[in-house]
Amino acid sequence: MAEKKKAGSKKMEVKKEAPVKQEAKKQAAPAPKQAPAKAAPTTGSKEQPRIGVFICHCGTNIAGSLDITAVQDYAKTLPNVAYVDNYKYVCSMPGQEVIMKAIREQKLTGTVVAACSPRLHEPTFRTATKEGGLNPFRFEMANIREQNSWVHMHDREGATAKAKDAVRIAVAKASLLQDLFPKTVPVEHAALVVGAGVAGMQAALDLSAAGIKTYLVESKPTIGGKMSQLDKTFPTLDCSQCILTPKMVDVGRSPNIELMTYSEVEAVEGYIGNFDVTIRKKAHGVLTMAEADARGIVGGGCNGCGDCEAPCPVIKPNDFEMGMKPRKAIYISHPQVVPLLYTIDFDSCIKCGLCITACGEKKAIDLEQKDELVKIKVGTAVLAIGYDLFPIEKKTEWGYKKFENVVTSLEFERLICASGPTSGHLVRPSDGETPKRVAFVLCAGSRDNTGIGKPYCSRFCCMYSLKHAHQIYEKIPGVQSYLFYMDIRSFGKMYEEFYYRIQDEGAKFIRGRVANILEDPVTKNLHVYTDDTLLNRPVDMEVDLVVLAAAVQPSEDTNRTRKLFGVSCSMDGWLLEAHPKLNPCGTTTAGVFLAGACQGPKDIPDAVASAEGAASAASIPIHKGEVELEPYFAMCIEEKCAGCGMCVNLCPYSALALVEKDGRTVMEVTEAKCKGCGTCGGFCPGGAIWMNHFATPQIVAQIDAFLLGGEQ
Amino acid sequence: MADAEWKPKIIGLLCNWCSYAGADLAGGGRIQYPPDVRVVRVMCTGRLDQLFVLKAFADGADGVLVSGCHFGDCHYLEGNYKGAKRMFMVKRLMKSIGLDDRRFRMTFVSASEGAKWATVITDVVKTVKELGPSPITESGK
Repeated sequence: MAEKKKAGSKKMEVKKEAPVKQEAKKQAAPAPKQAPAKAAPTTGSKEQPRIGVFICHCGTNIAGSLDITAVQDYAKTLPNVAYVDNYKYVCSMPGQEVIMKAIREQKLTGTVVAACSPRLHEPTFRTATKEGGLNPFRFEMANIREQNSWVHMHDREGATAKAKDAVRIAVAKASLLQDLFPKTVPVEHAALVVGAGVAGMQAALDLSAAGIKTYLVESKPTIGGKMSQLDKTFPTLDCSQCILTPKMVDVGRSPNIELMTYSEVEAVEGYIGNFDVTIRKKAHGVLTMAEADARGIVGGGCNGCGDCEAPCPVIKPNDFEMGMKPRKAIYISHPQVVPLLYTIDFDSCIKCGLCITACGEKKAIDLEQKDELVKIKVGTAVLAIGYDLFPIEKKTEWGYKKFENVVTSLEFERLICASGPTSGHLVRPSDGETPKRVAFVLCAGSRDNTGIGKPYCSRFCCMYSLKHAHQIYEKIPGVQSYLFYMDIRSFGKMYEEFYYRIQDEGAKFIRGRVANILEDPVTKNLHVYTDDTLLNRPVDMEVDLVVLAAAVQPSEDTNRTRKLFGVSCSMDGWLLEAHPKLNPCGTTTAGVFLAGACQGPKDIPDAVASAEGAASAASIPIHKGEVELEPYFAMCIEEKCAGCGMCVNLCPYSALALVEKDGRTVMEVTEAKCKGCGTCGGFCPGGAIWMNHFATPQIVAQIDAFLLGGEQ
Repeated sequence: MADAEWKPKIIGLLCNWCSYAGADLAGGGRIQYPPDVRVVRVMCTGRLDQLFVLKAFADGADGVLVSGCHFGDCHYLEGNYKGAKRMFMVKRLMKSIGLDDRRFRMTFVSASEGAKWATVITDVVKTVKELGPSPITESGK
């Protein structure tokens, strides 16, 4: 077997030489254009490549599942490899020193680190390569952890063979890499925040406080989001509006914030530093004072007096009050709205004109107002588009929308809120009576693998259900609350203490997922059926009101928004961060950041903290004033270009154009527009497009290295 | 210790943003799958020339996998549509020369689909193992 292997590797050497040399020749063509004189760090492009290979143990993450020594011995036999070393943690400071020292002492022309994923540590090792004296793009990574040792933990032989191949493939590419120089572009001194709930507001306030012009875009007519619908907040029992309204006013007043309510992002173009964003300002049907001024209506415009509202004959349910209170076709959602500006719901307006008469001299109403498209330019963007409640009527066993006295948690918030539809008197929707027995059903649709609910924990429902139990004790003497729970997750600061407090107040906790809720047709009382899994007995509890702590899900607009900004989503549809631990606010699109619950369920403190993080991250490139773009641009090898223009049509960014040069038509790339996808290079029939760092000879060399080289 | 099991040579050409990230996620989750696929990373499946795939088969690959973002999710707007179009052409070319087109597969695995990645690889390896060594290497021997 051993002999066979030796023979094999010899055979490999012979076979291997040919394609590499061949590719090197091909690659020579664009080299003069590619590497300007200032480049040439330690090596000229004509020299035989000298590659250094550094194999990382990653503790036992890699070394525990494959044979490092075998991979190292094998790497030494590869063509162009001048030096091989291994280290326990190559990403550590001494590990990086090993690379730098080897570059200097061994006169390396390229480095290969066989370690984790390039998506994690490519920047780390590029820096080390640079500090060693090489161009950072002379570095290539072999992923032998995420895509090897971790996924083949019980196949040492298979993992070792795969690691050898990965190193060989990486060396083949590293042998052909060239010096590249990132392009520096200026950053627009402005930011965009999408969504004006508590997270978006906080992000906008922070950005504006940092002296950055901030556009805050909100699809609803008012800012404040879900938090403005809450009565109190846990565990401090602050009045939600009392702590939120001053912030809303600050947002409305901040000179650096341009508030665009009732507006939606319609298109996004460009890249970090230079996003061109088109925003649709939906027609309010009502002029602001500034708009009235612009039209020459002296002293006119909406001052929020509300005279228009009274005569309006159209009655619709108010979404802010969860449909439990009416509003007119011309309306404000609640008294604290920011901006204080009436809005006409054109879907229900009958254009009778009574509001115009009532508005009188202010002439604020324009029934013919049309949507307006506004174009802005920003350097970075923060997405804070929040969450929605899961449509809990899908879980038919709990009777929501079938039985009047089954309400959701957000309806409960409005029912118990002093400014809500019942002025803070908690009543049963069926008969207006004060309930004496209230059941809270936790995990209503959360932690549910039946396929109808959501598999994840919605994170804040335990805590607000405890808060609800407290609120009814505060308001209704002699009331009894029952919390049907699976686990109580009181995970935050002072949360567990709050849980004990509610227990002391007399709330009864019954561990068991509610199986069924049925209504007594006469009294409209509800029977809650479950198994008490602690006492091991069936439960049939008669109550007056049931509150469902419904699961939360990504907001309706999430999918549309993420596609506009090129952000990925998780399996559950939440926006996906660049790294859950190390880059929780960033996304894979440079310059786009995430704040609040659009990323996954978050309570208020967490949403605000993440918003501050996102604002800080979004302000860094703006304050720096410039960003480096990865130099993966397409380049035209003009001698080969036939000027067919196929690539021009393929480019999604309009970065390519046909130009006349020396009497010939050839393609030209606008580097700042090119994002390096390579769609043009993948098609060019003449092979005239050179994709930096992913050039055709480099990719072919990788394919050849795997299939033609190696142990047969 | 006779030549144990035959190990297929399968190459995976993955886009950086979805499938490569999905494969990394499978790693983070320690989801086990067979080690027979070797990976080459590109920025987008739109970068892939159909000739890369044909070259791989000509070099003796027993199977080729191209994997990118789901339609509508491409980091570069629409590179994956263009990549997919070319790859469907590869399938037709393979059929026309009598090479079993099950040796080639294009899949769509997102950055959050670690488990799906493991399923894809397991299935690709199973299929290629069933088909056996590529007739190109067999005849070239």
